[in-house]
Amino acid sequence: MSLSPRLHIAESHKAKMEIARNRLMVAIFIFAAAFTLLGLRMLDLGLVQRVAEAGNNHSEHAAVMASRSDIVDRNGVVLATNLQTSSLFARPKRITEPRVAAARITAVLPELSEADVYTKLTSSKSFVWLKRKLTPREKWQVNALGIPGLDFQNEEERIYPQGAMASHVLGYVDIDGKGLSGIERFFNSRLSDPSFADEPLVLSMDVRVQHALGDELSKTMERFSAIGGAGVVLDIETGEVLAMASMPDFDPNHAGSASRDARFNRATAGVYELGSIFKTFTLAMALDSGVVELNDSYDARQPISIAGFKIKDDHPQNRILTLPEIFIYSSNIGAAKIAMDVGGEEQRNFLQRLGMLRPATIELGEVAWPLYPERWRDINTMTISYGHGIAISPLQLAVGSAAMVNGGELITATLIKDHDADYGDRRRIISESTSEQIRAMMRATVQIGTGKNANVPGYRVGGKTGTAEKSDVGGYREDALMSSFMGAFPMDAPRYLVLISVDEPKGIAETYNFSSAGWVAAPTVRNIVARIAPILGVEPSTEEDPHFQQAALLIDASKAN
Amino acid sequence: MRIAFARSDNSHVSRWWWELDRWMFGTLLLLIAVGLLLTVAASPAVAERLGLNSFHFVKRQAVFMVMGIGGILFVSMLTKQWVRRLAVVLFPITLGLVYLTVFQGAEIKGATRWLQLGSFTLQPSEFLKPVFIVCTAWMFSEQFNNPSFPGKKVAVVLYLLVIGGLLMQPDYGQTFLISAVFLGQLVLAGLPVLWLGAFAGLGIVALVVAYMFVPHVQNRIDIFLDPASGDSYQIDTALNAFRAGGMFGRGPGEGAVKRVLPDAHTDYIFAVAGEEFGAILCLAIVALFAVIVIRGLSHLLEEENTFVVFAAGGLLALFGLQAFINLAVNLAILPAKGMTLPFVSYGGSSMLALSLTMGMVMALTRKNKFLKGKFSHTRFPKSTKSAGQNVGEAS
Repeated sequence: MSLSPRLHIAESHKAKMEIARNRLMVAIFIFAAAFTLLGLRMLDLGLVQRVAEAGNNHSEHAAVMASRSDIVDRNGVVLATNLQTSSLFARPKRITEPRVAAARITAVLPELSEADVYTKLTSSKSFVWLKRKLTPREKWQVNALGIPGLDFQNEEERIYPQGAMASHVLGYVDIDGKGLSGIERFFNSRLSDPSFADEPLVLSMDVRVQHALGDELSKTMERFSAIGGAGVVLDIETGEVLAMASMPDFDPNHAGSASRDARFNRATAGVYELGSIFKTFTLAMALDSGVVELNDSYDARQPISIAGFKIKDDHPQNRILTLPEIFIYSSNIGAAKIAMDVGGEEQRNFLQRLGMLRPATIELGEVAWPLYPERWRDINTMTISYGHGIAISPLQLAVGSAAMVNGGELITATLIKDHDADYGDRRRIISESTSEQIRAMMRATVQIGTGKNANVPGYRVGGKTGTAEKSDVGGYREDALMSSFMGAFPMDAPRYLVLISVDEPKGIAETYNFSSAGWVAAPTVRNIVARIAPILGVEPSTEEDPHFQQAALLIDASKAN
Repeated sequence: MRIAFARSDNSHVSRWWWELDRWMFGTLLLLIAVGLLLTVAASPAVAERLGLNSFHFVKRQAVFMVMGIGGILFVSMLTKQWVRRLAVVLFPITLGLVYLTVFQGAEIKGATRWLQLGSFTLQPSEFLKPVFIVCTAWMFSEQFNNPSFPGKKVAVVLYLLVIGGLLMQPDYGQTFLISAVFLGQLVLAGLPVLWLGAFAGLGIVALVVAYMFVPHVQNRIDIFLDPASGDSYQIDTALNAFRAGGMFGRGPGEGAVKRVLPDAHTDYIFAVAGEEFGAILCLAIVALFAVIVIRGLSHLLEEENTFVVFAAGGLLALFGLQAFINLAVNLAILPAKGMTLPFVSYGGSSMLALSLTMGMVMALTRKNKFLKGKFSHTRFPKSTKSAGQNVGEAS
C-alpha cells in the first residue's frame, strides 16, 4: 500500500485512537465492576452479617447472666447477692495520647493516680484494668470522655445487703468474685457453679436472732469497754447455728478496708480459756461415771496448793458444799477435787469424746485447734476442771455444752439449713438422767447462783457463768478477764443455747466495778433471750419442772455468800 | 436550580451552560451535599475529643464547600487551552511546594505532608496530582500526533520528579495512586501489553519491597491477610459499624464508631455513614461515584481530541481510584491505607484540589452536542477504513 506520509500518519493515528478507545472501554468495565463489588460488599455487611451479629449479642448476654448464687438465711432473707456493674479497661496499644488520656480519666475518677494510669496506658500489655466496678454515673462520665482504646467489661459485684450482720459467717469475695473467707470461701465451688446459679444457698442462720445477738454483744462491749466479744446461738436439737457473732465486726461490702482484728472470727478461729463453764463438763463426767452422786459434798474451806499454784474460789462459801452448791456458786476447789476423784485419764477421754481436743466441725475454714497440755498432770486435771489450762473456741464450748443439756447427745454444728437432713448423727456422751441433773443445776444457777442476772421471767433460763483470768507471759492477769455465760432455755424442754464471751471487760459503777461473768455476760444473755425467745416461738410459762426440786433441796441458799 | 438561558443567547456563560454536562455537575453537587451531611454527623465527636468547638470541622468544611463549588464553576468555564496552561503553570509551583514540605513541613503522624499557612494547613500533593496528570496528558497527546516529539520521555521524567517528592515525605498512598493513574495514561496512549505486564510486575516488586522494608506496610498487609495477627482495631470497628447500621442505619447521631475512631471525619467517614444512615445511603454514595466516573469516561469514547482523552481519562481515573480505595478499605476489601473519600471526607486541601480536578474534567468534556454526531461521523467513519479525507488535527 503506498500512501502519502501525511495519510500514513493519519492512518496510524486512527488505529492508535481505536486502541485507546478499546482500552477506555476496558477501564469503564473495570470501574463498573469495582463499584459493583463495593455495592455487594455493602449489602453483605448491612444485610447478611447484620443478622449474624444480632445472634451473637444474645448469647453473650446470656453468658453474663450466669452468676454466683445468692446466700439467704433460713427464712429466705437475702444475705449475699450480685449487682451488675461495669469495669473499665484500656487497650494501651490503641491509646493515641496517653498523657492527655491519663489526665482526663483521673479528672473523672479522682481516686486513681494520674501517674499510675499513665504507666498503665503506656504499658506494653494489650489489656489493663483501670478501675473495677464503676457506678453507673462514673461509667457515663468515662464514656463521655470518648477516649478511644477504653472499654467496659460487664461484671458482677457481690453485695451484702445486711452490711456487717453475720459478716464473719458470710465472709467476703475478692474483686474477681472468688470467696476469700467464711461461707463464701467454704462453698466457693458450689456458689460459683452455674448449675446452681438460680438456687440460693440456704443457711441455718436467722437474721432476727443474729441481729439480737450482734446488737446485745456490741452494746455490752461498749458498756464495759471490752476489746472483743463472741457469741453463738445454737439449736441444741439439730446443731443448726441460728446466729454467730464476733466483735469487732466488718462490712463485707468493703472487706479490704477492715482491719485484721475486725475480720478475725473469734467464735471459731479464736481459742480462749473460757473458765467455769467447764464445770458443767466436770460435774456431768463425775455424775455420769458414778464416782459421785448429786448429794455428795466436798470441803471447799481451804484453797488447794499444788505445784506452786493456789486454787481458790471466786465466790468463797467457806464450808462443805454439795455438788449443786459447787456448781451454782462456781467453786473451783470443789470442781478440782471432783476431777481428781474421777481421774485425769478419765477427764481427758471425756473431753476427747466431747470434741474439745480437736477443732470444731463447722462449714468454715476459719477454725482453730484447741490448746491443751500434752502431758495431762494432776495440776492440769484440776485447772481444766474449771476451764483453765485449756483453750477452746466459743463454738466448741457451745456444742459441748449442748450435749450436757439436750439429753446427753453430741450434735454436729452446722451453718446450713438442710431440708432433707434428720440431724440424727449423734453420739451419746452422758445419760439422759445426768443431763437432767445438769439442767437442774443450771436452772438453779440462774435462780439463786452466780447467773441470777441471766434470768428472764417466763422463759426458764438455765446456765453457767465462766470468768477466766487471761493468761499472760508467766501467769494469769487478775485484771484481764474473759467473761462468759452459757445459757439454755426453756430449761424444762431446752431447745436453744446462747453462749457469750466478752474479752477484757472493765468494771463500771453499776456493777460495783466487777467485770466477772455474772455482771457482764449473764445480763447480755438475759437481754438476748428476752429478744429471741418470742421470735423463736418459745412459750412463756411460770411452771417449774418438779425434777428441779431435787437439786434445789441440796442447796442451802440461806448460807449463800 | 433553574437558570434559563435562551439558546439564541451567544454569550460565553450561556454557551458554557449549554455545553456543560449538567448531569455530572448535579451529581457532584449531590456528593458534596452528602459530604457536608456526613461531616455534620461524624466530626463533632472528633472535634470534642480534640478539645475544639463541636462544629469546628463543620464550619470549615462549609466554607471549603462554597469555595469548592466556586472553584468547579470557574475551572469548568476554562477552554481546553486554558486548562492546559493552568496545569503547566501550577505544576512547577505545586511540585516545588511538595519538596518544600520535606524540608520544612509540619510533621503529623510521622510524615511531613503539610505546609502551615496561618490557620490553614495546605497539602500540596493534593494539587500536584491533577496538574501532573494534565501535563503528562499533554505530553502524550503531542507525541500521539507527532511521533517524533519525545512526550513519553518528558512525562517519565516528570513522573520520577513527582514520586521522588512523595516518597521523601513519605506518602506511599499518593505514590501508589499517581503511579497507577500514570500507568493508565500510558496504556491509553498505546503502551504495548507486554510493557503493561512489565510495569505491573514492577509494581508488585515495589509492593514486596515495601512489605519487607517498611514496617507499617508489612503490619497492615499482615493484618489484612490474617486479622488475628495484629491490631485490627480500626477496621474491626468500621466493619462492626456497618453491621450495626444494617440497611437503614441506627439513625443520625446514634452512631458509636465516630466516638472511637480517630479518623471518623476523614478516612473512616464512610463507616459513620454506614452506622448512622445504613446501607441505603452507602449504596447511594457508591452509585454517585460510579455515575461520575463511568459517565465521564463514556464521554471520552466519542472524543477525538487525544489531549482531552488522556487528561480527562487520567483525572477521572484518579478520582475513581481514590474513591474506590477509600471505600474498599472501609469495607475491608483492601488493607488499611489512609486515603480520603473525594468530596465527602473533611479536608480543605482535598476539597479544593478535587474542585480543580473535576472542574478540569468538566471543562475538558464540555462540547456542543449538536456538532457531535456530524463531526464524529464525517471525521472518523467507523465502518470505512479508507475514509481519509479531512484528517486535520483537532484543536
